Amino acid sequence: MKLKMATMVLAGVMAAAPAMAELVFPALSYRTGPYAANGIPFADGYQDYFTLINERDGGIGGEKIKLVECETGYNTEKGVECYEATKGQGALLYQPLSTGITYQLIPKVSADGIPMHSMGYGRTSAKNGKVFKWIFNYPANYWDGASIAVKHILDQEGGDLSGKKIALVYHNSAYGKEPIRTLQELSKKHGYEFVEIAVDHPGQEQKSQWLQIRRDKPDYVLMWGWGVMNQVAIQEAANIRFPMDHFIGIWWSGSENDVMPVGDGADGYKALNMHLPGADFPIYEDLKAHVYDKGMAAGAGDQHGSVLYNRGMYAAMLAVEAAKKAQELSGVAAINAAQMRDGMEALVIDAATMEALGLPNFGPGFEVTCENHGGSGLGIVQQWDAAAGQWNQITDYIESDKEVIEPLVMEDSAAYAAESGIEERCN
Amino acid sequence: MPEQLFFALEVMLNGLMAGVLYALVALGFVLIFKASGIFNYAQGVMALFAALTLVGIMEGQVPFAHLINAIFGTEVHHFGWTVPSVLAIAMTLGVMVLLAILVERLILKHLVNQPDIILFMATIGLAYFLEGFGDIMWGSDIKTLNVGLPQGISETVDEVTYDWFGYGFFLDKLDMVATVIAALLVIGLTLFSQYTKQGRALRAVADDHQAALSVGISLRFIWVLVWSIAGFVALIAGMMWGAKSGVQFSLSLIALKALPVLMLGGFTSIPGAIVGGLIIGVGEKLFEFTIGPMVGGATENWFAYVLALMFLVFRPQGLFGEKIIERV
Repeated sequence: MKLKMATMVLAGVMAAAPAMAELVFPALSYRTGPYAANGIPFADGYQDYFTLINERDGGIGGEKIKLVECETGYNTEKGVECYEATKGQGALLYQPLSTGITYQLIPKVSADGIPMHSMGYGRTSAKNGKVFKWIFNYPANYWDGASIAVKHILDQEGGDLSGKKIALVYHNSAYGKEPIRTLQELSKKHGYEFVEIAVDHPGQEQKSQWLQIRRDKPDYVLMWGWGVMNQVAIQEAANIRFPMDHFIGIWWSGSENDVMPVGDGADGYKALNMHLPGADFPIYEDLKAHVYDKGMAAGAGDQHGSVLYNRGMYAAMLAVEAAKKAQELSGVAAINAAQMRDGMEALVIDAATMEALGLPNFGPGFEVTCENHGGSGLGIVQQWDAAAGQWNQITDYIESDKEVIEPLVMEDSAAYAAESGIEERCN
Repeated sequence: MPEQLFFALEVMLNGLMAGVLYALVALGFVLIFKASGIFNYAQGVMALFAALTLVGIMEGQVPFAHLINAIFGTEVHHFGWTVPSVLAIAMTLGVMVLLAILVERLILKHLVNQPDIILFMATIGLAYFLEGFGDIMWGSDIKTLNVGLPQGISETVDEVTYDWFGYGFFLDKLDMVATVIAALLVIGLTLFSQYTKQGRALRAVADDHQAALSVGISLRFIWVLVWSIAGFVALIAGMMWGAKSGVQFSLSLIALKALPVLMLGGFTSIPGAIVGGLIIGVGEKLFEFTIGPMVGGATENWFAYVLALMFLVFRPQGLFGEKIIERV
């Protein structure tokens, strides 16, 4: 009888074993250091969405999600250490929220066979899935952002930019320099004068740059900044009375953190976004019921609805949808990293999906393919209302200029393929 | 005069103003180095900590709220009151004095007679401790500092210069206030060191530790005093820089702007810190204006260190620093 009982228990445990396996998603987050104020809301949103899936749905396809958080401090070396420390735990996907870390991890994840998603950051030409098998950067990349900004300016100027001057204030790093080539190509196409203005890291002192802007009087200023550079730039723009509605930041220069310290001076400042701002979405009711009210909110629980919290949540949502697709394709619930990659490459997000997820119109529809890992390249323009203390969406989703961007993506990815000895796939 | 010349002049003036802000940070380093020979790596973090504390007190934020909530399951964040800025500054100063006492009691006292490098290492540890402590105490979010400091273009300067030269000069009101405060600070520190008993004791310790001890000056008291003054200077620097960008953890990086100032002005001279700051401020801005466009810009950090290095080669003790002579 005892033997029979023991056998039954053992059989039960063995049968239950696959269901007890977990889907491991490392979170290379930064809750400390100079960039913590931006790292925290993203990490909170990322974590809360996974908690919601575990609590409300019992995980993905019955498999619980295990989030393994590792602090990078936005430091590239520490980011790589975090990767090495977590990859052996069955990691399914990396989203490092740092262009520097992304660049370092591209060869590593490719060799280890673990997908990486750099959503709106990282190496732009990773969009070319023929070369970058393991890297994805949907729904939009930096070059899309540059083009979307110029399209918005075109719209403001009645479709004619000849004789206009557009300045780019950028963080003097690989990240900040990303849009330059695209903006140069677009200036040839649209006839505007393009001025580059670099800002030294970390960007706490920008007097020279803004005196130059005051003197040169560009019609529009674009900004590729992160962290303290954003707040100082917006403050300096207000100081020289630059018209704020002619000042447009990339989506990494468009959070509440960037405008709040400037107060009323930031009113009218614009920024791009790859998703909508605010907490007016049905998913927040689910988050409240299944996460916040249970005392399971990440961090201090004070970031809900902020731009970067929404972005972290969006990143997690796209990861979950890709995992569901991977389970569907492979027929197993406990997917591995290779199957996760296949799921990402077959990901389709449309309006119905977003609606069903409680995020109607929150992000653009897009389809990932073997050739295109970058999604649709759509983005909106949002504008800061200082009195109300909120970002308002002021445009529909704008499509980037593929005619200009695609050749650049092909050129850059081909160069990477040549130097890394990568043979193109998807043929 | 051609517009280009006016612009160069405008850049130079703004460089001077920026230099004052660098000097404010450098002053804290000088005070501690002068009195104790310690290069205080934590000076930048002290500015951050002081600014965090100031905003926290002003907004009635509950210190360690996140920790308290996590342990006791409470939901406390704010006391529900605000504190006037003058009172909050005084209270922050009290916190910085308390910090100075703790630094002396818990660190410096135990490291008497240790080599300078050990004391330097201790300040590195202090910097990281204080950064983490500030995070736990006040949180990592970016805080708006509103102590009534004016910001933005000075209309008066703009209008007057336009009437005179046909070119309106840009000067930031915050930078002008910082200049006045820095001048008052230097005057105050000079009067303190020349005409007060404690100030003279401080100078005696700076000149010769052993001799000062032999005449009954308490080294421990002097250390507390000088760290308190450095804390006060850190508070001023934190307020000025925090008003520009909001109070956030990148404030600790302002120490990077003070290093070339110290190399140039000397580690032991208060006027050196000011003059060094002005030279670095003007130098980096003019270099960015003239050469920057030819090399892609963003030359300021680079040029500041190169300029300091050049001074270091020809005058290792800095412009105003004391020449170190060691007799065998």
